[in-house]
Amino acid sequence: MSENLIKMIFGRLTLESFPLHEPIVVVTFAVVALMGMAVLGAITYFRLWGYLWREWFTTVDHKRIGIMYMILGIIMLLRGFADAIMMRLQQAMAFNGSEGYLNAHHYDQIFTAHGVIMIFFVAMPLVTGLMNYVVPLQIGARDVAFPFLNNFSFWMTVGGAVLVMMSLFVGEFARTGWLAYPPLSGAEASPGVGVDYYIWALQVAGVGTTLSGINLICTIVKMRAPGMAMMKMPVFTWTSLCTNVLIVATFPVLTATLVLLSLDRYVGTNFFTNDLGGNPMMYVNLIWIWGHPEVYILILPAFGIFSEVASTFSGKRLFGYTSMVYATVVITILSYLVWLHHFFTMGSGASVNSFFGITTMIISIPTGAKIFNWLFTMYRGRIRFELPMMWTIAFMLTFTIGGMTGVLLAVPPADFVLHNSLFLVAHFHNVIIGGVLYGLFAGITFWWPKAFGFKLDPFWGKVSFWLWVVGFFFAFMPLYVLGLMGVTRRLRVFDDPSLQIWFWLAGFGAFLIFCGIGAMLVQFAVSIMRREQLRDTTGDPWDGRTLEWATSSPPPDYNFAFTPVVYDNDAWWDMKKRGYERPMDGFKPIHMPKNTGVGVVIAGLSVALSVGLIWYIWWLAAVCFVAILAVAISHTFNYDRDFHIEADEVTRTEGARTKLLAAGE
Amino acid sequence: MTASIPASANDKKPVFYQREEHGHAEGGSTMLGFWIYLMSDCLIFAVLFATYGVLGANYAAGPAPKDLFDLNLVALNTAMLLFSSITYGFAMLEMVKGNQKTTLIWLAVTGLFGLAFLGIELYEFHHLIEIGATPQRSAFLSAFFTLVGTHGLHVTFGIIWLVTLMVQVSRRGLIEANKRRLMCLSMFWHFLDVIWIGVFTFVYLMGMLR
Repeated sequence: MSENLIKMIFGRLTLESFPLHEPIVVVTFAVVALMGMAVLGAITYFRLWGYLWREWFTTVDHKRIGIMYMILGIIMLLRGFADAIMMRLQQAMAFNGSEGYLNAHHYDQIFTAHGVIMIFFVAMPLVTGLMNYVVPLQIGARDVAFPFLNNFSFWMTVGGAVLVMMSLFVGEFARTGWLAYPPLSGAEASPGVGVDYYIWALQVAGVGTTLSGINLICTIVKMRAPGMAMMKMPVFTWTSLCTNVLIVATFPVLTATLVLLSLDRYVGTNFFTNDLGGNPMMYVNLIWIWGHPEVYILILPAFGIFSEVASTFSGKRLFGYTSMVYATVVITILSYLVWLHHFFTMGSGASVNSFFGITTMIISIPTGAKIFNWLFTMYRGRIRFELPMMWTIAFMLTFTIGGMTGVLLAVPPADFVLHNSLFLVAHFHNVIIGGVLYGLFAGITFWWPKAFGFKLDPFWGKVSFWLWVVGFFFAFMPLYVLGLMGVTRRLRVFDDPSLQIWFWLAGFGAFLIFCGIGAMLVQFAVSIMRREQLRDTTGDPWDGRTLEWATSSPPPDYNFAFTPVVYDNDAWWDMKKRGYERPMDGFKPIHMPKNTGVGVVIAGLSVALSVGLIWYIWWLAAVCFVAILAVAISHTFNYDRDFHIEADEVTRTEGARTKLLAAGE
Repeated sequence: MTASIPASANDKKPVFYQREEHGHAEGGSTMLGFWIYLMSDCLIFAVLFATYGVLGANYAAGPAPKDLFDLNLVALNTAMLLFSSITYGFAMLEMVKGNQKTTLIWLAVTGLFGLAFLGIELYEFHHLIEIGATPQRSAFLSAFFTLVGTHGLHVTFGIIWLVTLMVQVSRRGLIEANKRRLMCLSMFWHFLDVIWIGVFTFVYLMGMLR
């Protein structure tokens, strides 16, 4: 009787669910708990809870939400990288009969978590964060189209991250690889909570991502400053638009696919099972219909960042703006037509494989056009080798190698040899680190002064840059070699001792990257401490070209006191060239949205709902589901969602900036 | 505004900002945003249709559509949903005229048709499960129940939304915000109708031909 009661209250959560027998996890937990308590204690001690809640957690300001996305991405980068370095260490050790230091159960969770975290909770938040921060400023808008939805999207992304982190200490994470192919991820082969954590973390975060995609499309389509025709939008805004179109066009597919997988697991349906008519390859097709566009969702904004950086630091208009836009749009469309190249070995036949092989190779044409556009932008430019520009050049070199190995893999016969090998692992790290991550780092250094009013320290930035770039080549070039020799991915132990040297090299590379991440954190800390020396009073520290540099750094809540009018692609450059004078008076009250805590509440309830579903705590799931409905409905009864910033306050803010500009001269 | 821009683009010192505060219409992006949401929802159904297309003939030696579907019942069900769309249209016409009371009446009728649809669907599901054609029986039935059930869930949420809106309209009247919301629900409701036409054709009618 009492056993039944306990089961009803706690579902399948028992004391054994806590991995106390794994010393590595226990130590990690102790460290995380201590650090967490230190942070929470500090917030309490300095009485910051009220401030954080009012000014940050409940904010609907796209700039603050953007910054919070970036913080989330960087925190999760540390977790994802910890997984990476553990894998490198394991593979470097596990030779000559050694089992390494990770058991299979743990190791399999680590490579799954690494992939999931790096894509969903590092790359996505960093990309979304930059788009959120920069796009409204670049198009001369005051906020995004749906400010409340923006806040809600952010907290749903956090909710997903919380679930992944929770799986480390309560229960386990999936041991299936980052896309959780059935039948391995089905109820029979994976009866534990791991895959359920995976499913609900992605579902919760996916709601946020889809909504933020809709939000940014509407923002870009509807809220551009007068005069900014589509073909006058900054390239970063263009790539953001295409990325968000892809988000809306693919994330529902992921959602539906994961629903079908969860029905198989929870209800016992037969979508992807081996018997009763199920078809596991259906899952593989569906998940890659989302998965391939996903990598373009990540890389397109990075292309946009490189475009802005290349033209700003070459002091020239971007070469081939129109071709850049068309290339972006073509990549957007093609990215939807190549998914099958992820499983040429499915056995779909020569014609189907040829079709997908060819569409894949065609993508290299618009991408190549972009590379040439950047090169020609630099050609005869007055290039300033500031950090963002250095990342851009490192990108062009690294990404081209990754692109070429990608074309190799696009050839179906070659793919039959190389698929599932470390060659593939090397390829996608080559394009994602060399493309997405370098782009994000360029973007962070480029827009940091806009967000905080001071530049990042260049010395530590350069230390980090060289460690990252050299570390990358050490870490992944050996994997190309190993892959060509036939070493498959996700192995835990090795028999052939002659391979070990390559894993040592890769491990050394991972160590260099570790130092690079450390140097980056030092760079942030040093820059914050030296912020007075690094201060930028102009709002335009790089001699920028687009509208975000027209306002102060950091921008006021309302971004622009008056809506700018645009005549040229490089709107701010045009304004500077033709003698723009900042308005000093005649300010009017500005209409702004109010902060709200509803987003935090619904996201929190969604996490609790997921915990209920993962651990079969049905009462919790039911209560949370009803609560989510109730909160959402009651929120719609609140019609009073905006306020005005008074003209006096605008005058005061703008006056302060006038003083600052005068002092800077 | 837009028209005057090219004229001043060649000036030495054009106007670089708007002195006037153009209060951009509140909710100006809502319709576009909701359309895009509907398209994303449409993709969810696309996945379910595709899955049904691939798995729909995998009976696993179990019952096939011919053994299960009662077209008369489904036709009646379809009629309920189509009628509900017409009555929603009447509600919108009354909304445009500003008749709060008749708007509410038509909304209530729409909700009743929606409930009838759901009732018939639940009866059908219950019947199928009772004769052993459960979602677990075969991939065909898994795909069938998921596709039709997802549509039914959408209708359920539509009805909850409808009731919420009826309360809001009766409290605040046909103000701009409420009209916008009614418009969104209208699009949602007709969207579900279109999806149902697909379900009716591909699942039921073509299922009987197999």
